[in-house]
Amino acid sequence: MNVPADRKYTRSHEWAKQEGSLIVVGISDFAQESLGDVVFVETPEVGREVQAGEAVAVVESVKTASDIYAPVSGKVVEVNEALADEPELVNGDPYGVGWIFKLEPSNPAEFDALLGPDDYTKVIEEES
Amino acid sequence: MKRDFPTLFERSRTGRRGTRPPRPAEVDLAGLLGAENLRAAPPRLPEVDELTVVRHYTNLSRRQVGVDTNFYPLGSCTMKYNPRTGEAAAALFAELHPYQDPGTVQGALQIVYELQEYLAEITGMDAVTLQPAAGAHGELTGMLLIRAYHESRGEGEQRRVVLVPDSAHGSNPATASMAGYQVREVPSGPDGEVDLGALRAALGPEVAAIMLTNPNTLGLFERKILELIDAAHDQGVQLYYDGANLNAIMGWARPGDMGFDVVHLNLHKTFSTPHGGGGPGSGPVGAKAHLAPFLPVPTVKREGGRFLLDFDRPQTIGRMRSFYGNFAVMVRAYTYIRMLGAEGLKRASAMAVLNANYLRKKLAGVGYRIPYDRLCKHEFIAQPPEGLKALDVAKALLDYGYHPPTVYFPLIVKEAMMIEPTETESRETLDEYVEAMAEIARRGLEDPEWIAHTPYRTPVRRLDEVAANRKPVLRWRPEEA
Amino acid sequence: MDFTPHTPDDVRAMLEALGMQDLRELFADLPDALLEPDLHLPAPMSEQEILAHLRELAGKNASADKAFLGGGLRPHFVPSLVPALAQRGEFLTAYTPYQPEVSQGVLQAVFEYQTMIAELTGLDVSNASLYDGAAALAEGVLLALRQTRRMGVVVSQGVHPEYRQVLATYLHAVGAELRTVDLEDGLTPPAEFDDTVGAVVLQSPNFLGAIEDPAPWVEAAHATRALVVYVADPLSLALLKPPGEWGADIAVGDGQPLGNPMNFGGPQFGYIAVREKLVRQLPGRLVSQTHDVDGRRGYVLALAAREQHIRRAKAKSNITTNAQLTALMGAMHLAALGPEGFAEVAAASVARAHALAEMLARLPGVERVTPEPFFNEFVLRLPRPAAEVRAGLGERGWHAAAPVPAEYGANLALFAATERHDEDDLAGLAAALKEVLA
Repeated sequence: MNVPADRKYTRSHEWAKQEGSLIVVGISDFAQESLGDVVFVETPEVGREVQAGEAVAVVESVKTASDIYAPVSGKVVEVNEALADEPELVNGDPYGVGWIFKLEPSNPAEFDALLGPDDYTKVIEEES
Repeated sequence: MKRDFPTLFERSRTGRRGTRPPRPAEVDLAGLLGAENLRAAPPRLPEVDELTVVRHYTNLSRRQVGVDTNFYPLGSCTMKYNPRTGEAAAALFAELHPYQDPGTVQGALQIVYELQEYLAEITGMDAVTLQPAAGAHGELTGMLLIRAYHESRGEGEQRRVVLVPDSAHGSNPATASMAGYQVREVPSGPDGEVDLGALRAALGPEVAAIMLTNPNTLGLFERKILELIDAAHDQGVQLYYDGANLNAIMGWARPGDMGFDVVHLNLHKTFSTPHGGGGPGSGPVGAKAHLAPFLPVPTVKREGGRFLLDFDRPQTIGRMRSFYGNFAVMVRAYTYIRMLGAEGLKRASAMAVLNANYLRKKLAGVGYRIPYDRLCKHEFIAQPPEGLKALDVAKALLDYGYHPPTVYFPLIVKEAMMIEPTETESRETLDEYVEAMAEIARRGLEDPEWIAHTPYRTPVRRLDEVAANRKPVLRWRPEEA
Repeated sequence: MDFTPHTPDDVRAMLEALGMQDLRELFADLPDALLEPDLHLPAPMSEQEILAHLRELAGKNASADKAFLGGGLRPHFVPSLVPALAQRGEFLTAYTPYQPEVSQGVLQAVFEYQTMIAELTGLDVSNASLYDGAAALAEGVLLALRQTRRMGVVVSQGVHPEYRQVLATYLHAVGAELRTVDLEDGLTPPAEFDDTVGAVVLQSPNFLGAIEDPAPWVEAAHATRALVVYVADPLSLALLKPPGEWGADIAVGDGQPLGNPMNFGGPQFGYIAVREKLVRQLPGRLVSQTHDVDGRRGYVLALAAREQHIRRAKAKSNITTNAQLTALMGAMHLAALGPEGFAEVAAASVARAHALAEMLARLPGVERVTPEPFFNEFVLRLPRPAAEVRAGLGERGWHAAAPVPAEYGANLALFAATERHDEDDLAGLAAALKEVLA
């Protein structure tokens, strides 16, 4: 299972990557694989203030719907508009063009507390 | 190459007529209705002759299976035989209007009244409303009764949480949300029953109710039900009984005697009214006396020899449905109950449980795994042999002429197949079904390619659900020119 | 009489396979204290006996096939092919079409139904059906609140009072606020909405039968980004400008006038149609066209992630069972009539209602309250309480003058006429009413 080293992870299978002053969020390869074909991504409203751990987006496959939680607190500043027409990007390239939203973090310490790639790899080993 | 089955719209030809109403007089529509209110163009309905309509739907029906055509052991749905007597019965009462003078509908009101009484007796409850139009509608009604009860005691603000087992029907948590509650899941124990310790720990002054199905969705009777209910009542928590599985215990035990405060029933499951491809159903709710003041209005009461609509319930939660509920469904259920009587209902449940246990035992003998292999009630959970998927077994069954069981539910069992044969199936049917299941298991393991591409003989084969969900096409449109 | 096929030998052999001797052993997991309660129910009956009993009960009712009663439910003529086709066992005894390969009959019929409702309402998407008009209204309003993330609802008093009562029950549960705008001279007056309002609800023809001008409400609602829920009798949409063209976002209503008997109030079906952008907020089932592995066209349930069996506590609604068969009867009815026949039925109903209103309003002390233009229902003020008048008519074999709730005024009675009434029926009712009022 692909777990890139350039970012952090959550137990609920989101990844978070620093990009300048922003945090980009998506779901892991493990998550997209367990969901199966993604058919719809409900993205949050730009401008919404969210708390770490708050459900802010939903990723749907044919038979499931999974909440996506904000890895850190902050303000939603951008969502991936391309997913509206091509939700399958989440399957094809979960760490790249399949990103879901970007946050302007309000508490940088939260990012540091997220799981590193090794710890996340252990999480998915436990689950599979 | 087979052609697509045409839609009615594709069969339409401009100017073709079907049923003709009596020849109309000239009507000055613009004058009567106001020219500015008229639609510019008529709705684009199909223009077809009667024979085309009849053939269209007749041939569509041949692309559909029902209990009338095939064994249909769909778990949790109680797909028993729907006696045609019920259809004849309902037809006797079709031409009644809900607003006609109550003196001219005494027979109809008597049926409503007596059915209220019968259902109270069968469930062990004190009062019944027949207003809810379906099971989930009954659930909402029942939860609102509980909420009104807590509010009447000044505990409405405090009790904000509803406990639901992780094995529950999805409609339970969805209903609790609609009733304005937060939902907390309670785990099942290793025996498939609610974990009594976990439940006790979850109880508290913030809990309004517990929603339970008994037997639960694994088909297992909650053996600690009496302790469980006592523990909840000690904390002021109300007990909600989801009656989806009542077919297991009619005449053998009553939710009211178990201590439940509210119960909903599905007349379209337990009481043999037809499912109609998804509805209409009816979801009566029974309540103990302390919740009766909150029942929706109207109910039907008897005064002397007269039956009256009773709107006098000052603490009512209000109305749940227009008029009085799905009356024609009630007539069918009334007919069923009067035909069976107490003994017949009891026998129906016994045969439902006998069939389920017989099938459980037989399937275990041909390689299917039974995760909770003990006495079940009207249904049970099986898993395919290691190496096969529930979905593939379901699809293979279609080629053998069987409607598959419910698959992938309850969520707490992987590759779950929830099988409910019902009491109206014969031993031969069950034996033949087991043979088919055995053959599917054997062939599927030998030939993974074969099972992965089943079915082969159905009107259409596996359908692209991903495409339908990514780019849904929800109405017919003419081909772009 | 039960319907179990088990012979004594079957029972014995099956119990034996389970290592049991007695049926009671099948219930050994139940606490003893619960077992085998005495059920007091009437003795069982054969089919012949129950049907005789039911005929006797039916004899205590007076058929309302010529009723002049309204409220969105009326005696309309149903082509014979509708019940004949709907009673086919494949439609009658199927469950929800979860296995599409063997459920194309129901699925395609629903897809066609969805198309017809979209056409009638002038909106983009219809679901597969809801319970009735009242539930459709409640669900439509909840949908609007989800979409706008607001908790305020404004409803015209012209909306059917029972629908408003159901709406109030649903809204109380989720803590939403409901404000009612009273009718003025039988019509909804202009209103303004603040930005807490997520849904505004209008019915046309309204409960008194009058055709509203929805434009001011639509404009005022959209000015504050509230959504418009439009309650419409589907028969009226044969002739009247549809909700979508008025700018409504959501149309709901009760489908009884389409191919369903009155059934003493149920079942019928509720319809809901919305604009495309609201489709993922729709409650209930939706059918989508797709194709199978061989490229053949077929249909499946779609967007199920909205629904309770997947989304559980976060579902758009708890609805599961809907009103599929009665909705299909609606589709069969529309298919049988076609656009012309459907318009003829509506026109005949309108013409009869107007003729009746004129005849009855000539009686002394009787006055039409519903302003013009009205459709096929109307309200009269009577010189006496409507319930008494209705009872008097009932004794004479006529069903009319449904009492209108006091919130609309005193001594008001609702009337309707349909294509099923002929001139003798109208004259007969007028004579009977004259007699009752004398």
